[in-house]
Amino acid sequence: MLRIEDLQVKIGDHEVLKHIDLEIKQGETHILFGPNGSGKTTLLMTVMGYPQYTVTAGNIFFKGEDITNLPLNERAKMGIGMSYQRPPTIHGLKTRQMVEICAREKIDVADLAGKVNFTDFLERDINAGFSGGEIKRSELLQLMAQDPDLLLFDEPESGVDLENIALIGNSISRLLQRDFHVDPEMTQKQKKLARTKMGLIITHTGFILDYVTADRGQVLYDGVMSCKSNPQEIFNCIKKMGYEECVRCSN
Amino acid sequence: MLELNKKAEQAKEKKAAIGPDIDLTSFTSEQVSHGYLEDLTQLPDEDRSRMIQSGVDASESGRSGTYIQMDTSVVHAHAKQEGLQVIPIKQALREFEWAREYYWKLVAVDADKYTAQAQLNLHDGYVIRALPGSKVIYPVQACLYIDKENLSQHVHNLIIAEEGAVLHVITGCATGPNLKRGLHVGISEFFVKKNATLSFTMIHNWAEEMMVRPRSVGVVEEGGLFLNNYICMRPVKSLQMYPTTHLVGKGAVSRFYSLLVGSPGSELDVGGRIFLKAEDTRAEIIARAISNGGRIISRGDLIGEVPGVKAHLECRGLMLKGGLIHAIPELRGTVDGVEMSHEAAVGKIAQDEILYLMSRGLSELEATSTIVRGFLSVDIPGLPPQLKAEIDRAVEMSEKELM
Ligand SMILES: Nc1ncnc2c1ncn2[C@@H]1O[C@H](COP(=O)(O)OP(=O)(O)OP(=O)(O)O)[C@@H](O)[C@H]1O
Ligand SMILES: [Mg+2]
Repeated sequence: MLRIEDLQVKIGDHEVLKHIDLEIKQGETHILFGPNGSGKTTLLMTVMGYPQYTVTAGNIFFKGEDITNLPLNERAKMGIGMSYQRPPTIHGLKTRQMVEICAREKIDVADLAGKVNFTDFLERDINAGFSGGEIKRSELLQLMAQDPDLLLFDEPESGVDLENIALIGNSISRLLQRDFHVDPEMTQKQKKLARTKMGLIITHTGFILDYVTADRGQVLYDGVMSCKSNPQEIFNCIKKMGYEECVRCSN
Repeated sequence: MLELNKKAEQAKEKKAAIGPDIDLTSFTSEQVSHGYLEDLTQLPDEDRSRMIQSGVDASESGRSGTYIQMDTSVVHAHAKQEGLQVIPIKQALREFEWAREYYWKLVAVDADKYTAQAQLNLHDGYVIRALPGSKVIYPVQACLYIDKENLSQHVHNLIIAEEGAVLHVITGCATGPNLKRGLHVGISEFFVKKNATLSFTMIHNWAEEMMVRPRSVGVVEEGGLFLNNYICMRPVKSLQMYPTTHLVGKGAVSRFYSLLVGSPGSELDVGGRIFLKAEDTRAEIIARAISNGGRIISRGDLIGEVPGVKAHLECRGLMLKGGLIHAIPELRGTVDGVEMSHEAAVGKIAQDEILYLMSRGLSELEATSTIVRGFLSVDIPGLPPQLKAEIDRAVEMSEKELM
């Protein structure tokens, strides 16, 4: 379980997140909406443990432990993983090697890459000249190798073409153990109990909702969290009335 | 010979154009004799393991020939393959007219006091030659080893790939485990004939008080390819070299790669100069320099003398733990229509790259060393796998020392 309590975060002198509370129970996936600059990436980077995001108040708990001051590699070891919006290029580090680093044990990299249509990129330096959509597939491939318990996705589908979007959507669904629909015998309750993975997904387009069944949606507006309800409903509301109206009506 | 001696005498005191001057009288250059070994497995373990670090394997597995010189004496020289010659240079000069034809043909004997010493007081060296059309599949290995304290070792090497031949050479220079101070002067002349391929990979493992002054010049004829790789990642007091290649035949290609690490107390001044003198010639100089507290000057000079030639120079420096990296890239076009470019960048490891790797589970130290390894891993097209493996091993070893 991930529990965030009264979290405040600054970047430099700029206060970005104000009094954030959030709880993702075991097996749950949440969708995070919000306008540009509202602090969504900041929230995910803070949970991952990036030191330039200074926590000035509040706490983050993961699997019962207070991780607020834990370095990011310790968090990775505890089972937190993130797909980034703009990851850096590392020259001389092949994508294949990066995937191996994520896996921490011997895996069939080519086989895994095949699942997200990325085999041709394995011998290229990680993120070097990758297009927007290629970055998404590369990040997803790394998470597939890492297989963390809490997956943080920063706009995993933006910029992805129509052919690859289903591939990405279904892969995310599988990583989050949301693909039990393939087993029609299971009851709703059984599915829920069988799930252990947790997800927090940022989306602007809402495309991801077509592939991933999420438990809850939330809107981050100007550093404040609001609107907890069904993600599809929230998305429809934002589409119809815009963020400002949507946040007002739910508060 | 008399003429050469006369010129050398006149240059005995001549300081080099660049690099700190060395007082040659503070070294001894007397003969140090070591017996010839028919069987390389008789080499003492300590020396063997030092040689292995420079890519020279006494078991000779995956090698087509071997030359080993300790101090001033030839310890072993032989070729395992038809069409390949590995001969000590003194013997070659005595016995073969053709060897004399190549001797001091490219390097000027009176270039400076170091070239002069190599003529006046020659301690041997190797001649490695692939005969016309012969393809030497496995690399030839050569080791110039210094064991005697305070020795100044003067060697002269000729490397010849005759028409249509393919030759790969790995040469390691190393010092005995207890050696502190010494001087190595090495003259190398490279001849890449029509449609021949020569790759020359040099791995240096010196001691902290070693002074090193290689002097090398190559010539590449029509359709020839010359790959010149230089790796120096262990401490050395002062190293200065500026290998030069002349591309004289149509379509000749030369590529220089260097990997340098400057440890505290080390000063490396390493350059590369390529003259593009014929139609369709191409040249590339790529350098990676890491300063770990030492000083590195990375020079590059490309001279385009014919329209349509293409050349590129790239120097990347990484400041790890202080020190200095000075990149001096130069391009000279002497006619219209040359296409030459350079890029140079010196910086520190980017924090966002470290954090990215840490978020995938690596510790800060592991992340740093992964980035350093990536920085040092340059793809060298045309290099045989055994040599790539040797370079990777040298990088891995130095990386352990850096961290
Ligand atoms: N390094 C930084 N220095 C200063 N301000 C920053 C920095 N990084 C982010 N910010 C600011 O923090 C605020 C929140 O940014 P964040 O990236 O979290 O927004 P977001 O909700 O992810 O937006 P988007 O939808 O555009 O991705 C923005 O106003 C942004 O300009
Ligand atoms: Mg964002």
